[in-house]
Amino acid sequence: MTTYAELARNGIWKQNTSLVQLLGLCPLLAVSATFVDGVSLAIATIFVMAMASGVVASVRNFIPHEIRIPVFILIIAALVTMVDLAMNAWLHELYLVLGIFIPLIVVNCIVLARIEAFAARNTPLVAAWDGAMMGVGMVVAIAVLGGLREFIGTGMIFSGIEMLIPGTHALQLLPEAYPGFLIAILPPGAFIVLGFLIAGRNWLDARATERARHLALGAGTAQP
Amino acid sequence: MSETTASRISLRAAAILTAFSLLFTALMATTYRATKPAIDASAEAEKLKLAGEVLPAGLYDNALLADYLEVMPRAELGLAAQDGPVRVMRARKAGAPVALVFEAVAPDGYGGKIRLILAVGADDRVIGVRVVGHKETPGLGDYIDPKKDRNKAAPWIRQFDATGFGRVAAADWKVKKDGGRFDARTGATISARAVTNAVRRALQFAIDQHEALYALPARSVLTKEGP
Repeated sequence: MTTYAELARNGIWKQNTSLVQLLGLCPLLAVSATFVDGVSLAIATIFVMAMASGVVASVRNFIPHEIRIPVFILIIAALVTMVDLAMNAWLHELYLVLGIFIPLIVVNCIVLARIEAFAARNTPLVAAWDGAMMGVGMVVAIAVLGGLREFIGTGMIFSGIEMLIPGTHALQLLPEAYPGFLIAILPPGAFIVLGFLIAGRNWLDARATERARHLALGAGTAQP
Repeated sequence: MSETTASRISLRAAAILTAFSLLFTALMATTYRATKPAIDASAEAEKLKLAGEVLPAGLYDNALLADYLEVMPRAELGLAAQDGPVRVMRARKAGAPVALVFEAVAPDGYGGKIRLILAVGADDRVIGVRVVGHKETPGLGDYIDPKKDRNKAAPWIRQFDATGFGRVAAADWKVKKDGGRFDARTGATISARAVTNAVRRALQFAIDQHEALYALPARSVLTKEGP
């Protein structure tokens, strides 16, 4: 029995789509030049993944195995189109910020991958939660990636936040005279920083495993 | 598995796929119809806001979005034949011409086309220019967009405000590196050059066609050869 806490841990750390499964890298790399853009895309992804997972899980018993992929794609594309239209009509301010990212989500393979691997075999609520948590994992990864790229590239962080939260403004972390480190903002910088992030996550994981092993050994010797 | 069961399974799959397609297409169509009025309204508001960036709303009193001409693509506006016509909106106050608001393209930016919107006053001077779309290098060439310009007090693009050929002759309407009068940031001249030249061409177009642009009835078409 999979618990909600376990699903959350899975989505955010153990099976993080961006850092472990390395799925959906195209939008991740394309939209992570700044913190705000990246987080906006990831938030939109949470919505779409949760909705698509929930809907697919609800109709999973009607979908024959042989044609499941076309049906999944149909459902995802229709949902994204509807979310796109509805946001444009009724949440226009938010749409101006997130709008360009929403069509990008259709091509994000993590949505299809998660639906195929999880939502098609679970109940709607669990599936929606799993989709949302996979999205949260992407938020975390893209926030760090975008934040680092923006900071290294321009010496600032949160540029563009005034579009999300009016009245706020970007933070200048390094002196105004910082010349910028252009490659961090350009596409190669995304790959380089992502590489370091994956290495860092693996290092943390390895350290935790090592520590757990030591503890187990220590406990073993203390009690003969 | 016998042949009849295989074909039955295929038929069932086809029927289900059709049913799903119909259901979700119907859902999408319904959403489209339900959202269309709201989307159209915000698109209008968006255009007015964009026009407001270059032309203060207090300067005119007509329905700007309704009083427009379709101009067939021409090189002065940086448009090739396949681009389709652009709209030139005409601002008037108490019936008297105030300004033209239209989009122009700088085709030779560092990252491709730079799309501009500009307002040219009836006195043949630029009122304001804004970049509405570009792919210039972030942090380097994107200062042509005042939102990305680090110099918030005097953004680069405001150099064109209230400037006409009376103040800067057409021959000098270039970046300083090309022997002209307009500044450009060191290391990112191409973006500035593209915008500066596009503004000069667009202003020249507005001056050359001044009479026709204000006089033609609303919603008529200005072809390349003339009205």
